[in-house]
Amino acid sequence: MSAVTSLSESAASAGPGGAAPGDLSSPASSSRRAKDRGATIAMHSAFVLALVPLAWILWTVTSQGYRMLLTSQWWMNSQRGVTVRDFGGGAYHAIIGTVLQAGVTAVISVPIGILTAIYLVEYGRGVAARAVSFMVDVLTGIPSIVAALTIYALWISTFGLSRVGFAVSLALVLLMVPTIVRSTEEMLKLVPNELREASYALGVPKWKTIMRIVLPTAFSGILTGVLLGLARVMGETAPLLILGPYTKSINFDLFSGNMASLPTMINQDRTEFLDAAVQRTWGAALTLILVVMLLNLAGRLIARFGKV
Amino acid sequence: MAKRIDVKDLNVYYGDFRAVEGVTLGIDARSVTAFIGPSGCGKSTFLRTLNRMHEVLPIGRVEGEVLLDGVDLYDKNVDPVAVRRTIGMVFQRPNPFPTMSIFDNVAAGLRLNGTKNKAELTEAVETSLQGANLWNEVKDRLDKPGAGLSGGQQQRLCIARAIAVRPQVLLMDEPCSALDPISTLAIEDLISELKNDYTIVIVTHNMQQAARVSDRTAFFNIAGTGKPGRLIEIDDTATMFSSPREKATEDYISGRFG
Repeated sequence: MSAVTSLSESAASAGPGGAAPGDLSSPASSSRRAKDRGATIAMHSAFVLALVPLAWILWTVTSQGYRMLLTSQWWMNSQRGVTVRDFGGGAYHAIIGTVLQAGVTAVISVPIGILTAIYLVEYGRGVAARAVSFMVDVLTGIPSIVAALTIYALWISTFGLSRVGFAVSLALVLLMVPTIVRSTEEMLKLVPNELREASYALGVPKWKTIMRIVLPTAFSGILTGVLLGLARVMGETAPLLILGPYTKSINFDLFSGNMASLPTMINQDRTEFLDAAVQRTWGAALTLILVVMLLNLAGRLIARFGKV
Repeated sequence: MAKRIDVKDLNVYYGDFRAVEGVTLGIDARSVTAFIGPSGCGKSTFLRTLNRMHEVLPIGRVEGEVLLDGVDLYDKNVDPVAVRRTIGMVFQRPNPFPTMSIFDNVAAGLRLNGTKNKAELTEAVETSLQGANLWNEVKDRLDKPGAGLSGGQQQRLCIARAIAVRPQVLLMDEPCSALDPISTLAIEDLISELKNDYTIVIVTHNMQQAARVSDRTAFFNIAGTGKPGRLIEIDDTATMFSSPREKATEDYISGRFG
């Protein structure tokens, strides 16, 4: 009875324009149409607003930097012997630096991150799991400069070692592990429990179920998470400024000598108001964007064709 | 290869909550036993204790004995993984492995348990698919994803997957509840054939189905919300559906409640 009363009340409170209950032929009320239009406009403006800076950045960087990228020496030479005033030179030394450091970061972070996520989703119970999960949250919130200083304190102040590429990688590991843990965790949670049960019911042990059923099912999602995490650390600059001093020369050795990278190359040339340096800055910025985009693209392709 | 099951005074818990209380019953080898009863009466929970699937849940706990040809499945020296290898299970919703082909789905149990011999796998896959009445429909597309089949075919694929590891007993948890009548008929025919080789226990909400496929029927009931489920009676299916001993069974079967 009370339900009927509240129904008729709400119909009455719709006021002018509100159709009588049961009258299906009348059009939607004007106030509802106005709300619908308002919400539609708000959503579309938010979308455009979000798109504007992205398009702007891409346009500016591309239009300013593409000329450098069209020369073969950009991809094959370093900046060795090129002074600030000289035009040209290459970014090869910075590209290999970025790729090497990020590669080593991934090699260390991916196993740690994925195993932690497996622990949290498949095994973790009670206090231990909550503690790990809390630590991951804390780690996610760490500013990159703090991660860099932590490694500085460990690598240089405590062990007395020098500023090398590997130290940069260690700082980046601190930033990459939590993103991999979180994204992998989400993907593992998406695997239906029914698949685990189907596997257990065949007499397959738990660890084998995780290795052969759960991980392959979540593979493409995990890979996407890893590549997004990698893209993020490639653009990190604070650890590079603190732990990875710039050099104009090529260095493949992560354990000795300075090692260039794209962010530090940008940082080096941006301080000069000379055309040659400015051009190199834009070129390096565009190269960094391209490398990150290539990674994302590769991830998506693998995810699409890797799926059965 | 089928074996019989004897359950003695079994209590099933979720944490501190007792979901099923004091069940004692026997299940004959090479027969079909149906569990019927209203929702929430614990029949599925009880079924999952017969191959130690219940304890996969972190809060799942069991007291009592389940004897498979006299061996207590809950004995300390018994490996739950080995139990599940011996007692297979088919679930309510078809759940083929989405990353695997039809062939790989059926071969999964053997492969994950260490069989590598290609010829052996091929033979097991064909035998199992024939056993599940699916061979003729899929023999030309064994390399296609299992998830691409229809719901009824997927469920028969899951049955093929379960019998590929040659279990002694096959547990089925409402295997037809997500299927249309024609697929249901196909599964029911299959159950009648499978009972020549396997001991089958099936949970069903469909009393006609219990009457059609089973040799014996067990009726479970619950006194009220928050109370544990109990076995009310178990008897030959014909007797259960014509002259049950308990009033509650008669009420349930004649549709007066539940």
